[in-house]
Amino acid sequence: MNFTYLRYELLRTIRNRRFFVFSLGFPLVFFYLIAGANKNAQLGGIPFATYYLAGMASFGTMMAMVSNGGRIAGERSVGWNRQLRLTPMSPRAYFRAKVASSYMMALITLVLLFVAGATLGVHLTAPHILEMLGLVIVGLIPFAALGIFIGHKFTPDSIGPVLGGGVSILAFIGGAWGPVGGTHGFMHNLSQVTPTYWLVQAGHTLVGEQAWSGTGWVVIAVWSIVLTALAARAYRNDTKRV
Amino acid sequence: MTTMNTLTTAAGIRLTGLTKTFGAVRAIDGVDLVVAPGETVALLGPNGAGKSTTIDMMLGLNTPDSGDVRVFGMSPSDAVKIGAIGAMLQTGQLIRDLKVRELLEMMGSLYPNPASIDGVIEITGIEGIAGRMTNKLSGGETQRVRAAIALISNPDLLVLDEPTVAMDVEGRHVFWNSIRNIAASGKTVLFATHYLEEADTYADRIVLMARGRIVADGPATEIKATVGLRTIRATLPGVDAVALNSIAGVKVSERRGDSVVLHCLDSDLAIRALLAAYPAASDIEIAGAGLEQAFLLLTGDQNAEELS
Repeated sequence: MNFTYLRYELLRTIRNRRFFVFSLGFPLVFFYLIAGANKNAQLGGIPFATYYLAGMASFGTMMAMVSNGGRIAGERSVGWNRQLRLTPMSPRAYFRAKVASSYMMALITLVLLFVAGATLGVHLTAPHILEMLGLVIVGLIPFAALGIFIGHKFTPDSIGPVLGGGVSILAFIGGAWGPVGGTHGFMHNLSQVTPTYWLVQAGHTLVGEQAWSGTGWVVIAVWSIVLTALAARAYRNDTKRV
Repeated sequence: MTTMNTLTTAAGIRLTGLTKTFGAVRAIDGVDLVVAPGETVALLGPNGAGKSTTIDMMLGLNTPDSGDVRVFGMSPSDAVKIGAIGAMLQTGQLIRDLKVRELLEMMGSLYPNPASIDGVIEITGIEGIAGRMTNKLSGGETQRVRAAIALISNPDLLVLDEPTVAMDVEGRHVFWNSIRNIAASGKTVLFATHYLEEADTYADRIVLMARGRIVADGPATEIKATVGLRTIRATLPGVDAVALNSIAGVKVSERRGDSVVLHCLDSDLAIRALLAAYPAASDIEIAGAGLEQAFLLLTGDQNAEELS
């Protein structure tokens, strides 16, 4: 593990103010706007703010992972992918550094959301937090790969709509913005095969909902394998001048 | 120890029978080239000659359709792995959000035996900007930092693809002085350029490329004499172009209606001889042949056979 390289990769992530503010600010602002406005509401016996915190935890961390693609596209546009090809760094090491910096962003998002939740009186128990953290870390794997994949497939100009549109659709179908499709039927089934659905489920363990079923583990595993393979292929083929 | 042996005995670069086609365009059409360790070679040619494609193949960024690339006897990717190649690609900027020294440390950490950061900073003359953010640099400063990155692996071969494009005169001067220092330290240097002056001033040897082929290869002075032709154009009716070929300093001449065009190796000598022999010559123009024109002479028209 090359810690010097990783340290600078993380430092770059934190120094990129625009990205930092946008990626972290978005879920925070939403949380305050919506949870703050419904501070005293209850949802099935659970305070609304707590419920909404769980939803934002999954959406915010997902955005933190995927927006990594925007940074990769930016690096490619200055020819950095070709520069890195002229170093002995393996694709594996490259991925490790990129994934580490996206997880760092996701973790900062979570910490900020928890702090924001505390200011609105959200009370969470340690076992719930730990269970949620564990599942979210696993549930974010497909999104880490997705970020790298689109980062190597699109340019800084074209990646905006992909991030904004594509990811929003995935978030919507997966129920990150609210339950979709009820308890059965086509939409329900479609929702269940998205990685977002299970990421949202992971977030909801915060409010005591049940952890993943067997289907959840399978869906996340399949998306992880497929997207990682796509990301690896996109990186390997990406040697041309952009 | 085998590695050291290979490094010293094998050619720095050996390209054999390279070809590469993009769609219907034959970008590289049979390139053979051997560069000895320690040489400084300029790859000279107009845009679209195939310089960058050749360099990409040398670096393993692109694979030839046929032919073979060896760098110090190794495949390009093996040479990259041990840090034997450093390169400054044609297009490229620096990644943001790091200071110059931090970026050099980051890149250096990727190599097995990196050069000292201070040494690289000194040889590329970037002491004054080492603490500055990479997105706060001028074009010339950026290029020097990119050269520093190319040197951070302590490479035996340094490849530069049109490094002074988008640099002002002063920036060019400073840049080439650092490259001269690097070449003097015994490294093999290959650079692409479309400026004859740059190739002539900074290279031991010039390899001339046009239309995906090497059309001339030799010591800088020799190539300059071939492509640094001047032309004399004059109105001179009734004189046979073949007769003008024998004028001192003229390499080849042609007739265009009432005018004659003399391609000269030494235009000073030729103009005196022309006026002495044909006082009737009028409307005289003397012009330096551009590189493009020289390439046309070397590769394109009928006179090519006589010239080369």
